[in-house]
Amino acid sequence: MSEHHDHHDHAEEAPHSTFKGYMIGFVASVILTAIPFWMVMGNVLDSRNATVLIILAFAVVQIVVHMVYFLHMDFQSQGGWTMLSLIFTVVLLFITLFGSLWVMYHMNVNMMPSMMGAS
Amino acid sequence: MSNAVATPAAGNGKLEFLVRGEHHPAQGTLLGFWIYLMSDCLIFASLFATYGVLSLNFAGGPSGADLFDLELVALNTAFLLISSITYGFAVLKMQQNSLRGTIGWLAVTGVFGLCFLAVELYEFYHMIHVGAGPQRSGFLSAFFTLVGTHGLHVTFGCIWLVTLLLQLRKHGLIQENKRRVFCLSMFWHFLDVIWIGVFTYVYLMGSMV
Repeated sequence: MSEHHDHHDHAEEAPHSTFKGYMIGFVASVILTAIPFWMVMGNVLDSRNATVLIILAFAVVQIVVHMVYFLHMDFQSQGGWTMLSLIFTVVLLFITLFGSLWVMYHMNVNMMPSMMGAS
Repeated sequence: MSNAVATPAAGNGKLEFLVRGEHHPAQGTLLGFWIYLMSDCLIFASLFATYGVLSLNFAGGPSGADLFDLELVALNTAFLLISSITYGFAVLKMQQNSLRGTIGWLAVTGVFGLCFLAVELYEFYHMIHVGAGPQRSGFLSAFFTLVGTHGLHVTFGCIWLVTLLLQLRKHGLIQENKRRVFCLSMFWHFLDVIWIGVFTYVYLMGSMV
C-alpha cells in the first residue's frame, strides 16, 4: 500500500528513462533491422517461405524491443491500464489482419472466374 | 465542474484567469494519449489488411520487386531509427532539466524526420513519374494509402515538433511542456514501430515476389 502512495506523489512524472535503456534498444534495433535487409538484399536463403517467416519473426522481436526500451511498456505503468489497452489492441489487430487475409484468400481461390465459367 | 475566476492583476489592469478544475489523475494525459495511439494502431491494422489482400493484384502493372529500391528503404529506416534514439536523448536531457540540450536533440530529431520525408517523397515522385501511381493497380493503391498514411503521420509529428520547440523556447521546461514532450515521444516511437511493419511487410516481402 505504501508503495502505491509513493507512486502518486510523483503526479505527472512520466516513466524514468535511462541512457543505458535507450542504447540497448537502439543497438538491438539496428541488429534486428540489418539482418532482415541483408537476408533479402543478398538472397541468402533459397526458400522464399523460410525468408518470410524469419523476417516476420525479426519484425515481431523488434516491435517488442521498441515497446520495452523506447515506449517503456511494463505491467506496472498506470496500474496496468496501458498494458491492458495494448493487449486489447493487439487482439483486434490480429482479428483484423488474419481475418481479412483468410477470408479474402478463400474468396479468391473459390471464386475464380474459370470456376464460375465451368459450372 | 471547473469554474473560472477573473481577478484583476496587480497594476496593469489586465484580467487574469484562474481556472479551478478537478484534480487530474496521475499521468491521466499520458494514458489518454496512449489510448489514442492504440486507436491509431487499428487504423494501420486495417490499412495493412487492405494491403495484404491487394498486394498481388498488379493488374498487369509493375510489382514491388520492379519498383522498390531497398537501398533507399534501408536509408529511410536508418533515418527513422536514428531519430528515435535522438528523441530518447532529448527526453534524457529533459530529465536532467537541461533546456538547451532538450531543444538541441529535438531539433536533430526533426531534421532526421524531414530527411525521412524527403526520401519518401522522392520515392513517391519517382514511382508516379514512371507510371506507377496509385491509380495504376490495386497493389499500388493500397501501397500509397498505407505508406502515405504513415508519411502523413510523420509530417504531423514534424509540425508538432516545431510547435513544441516554440513552446519550449517561450516557456522553458515547465510541467506542461514536459508532458507534451512525453506525448510526442510516444507518438514518435509509435511511428517507428509502424515503420517496422511497413518495411518488413511491404518492402522486404514485396521485393521477394
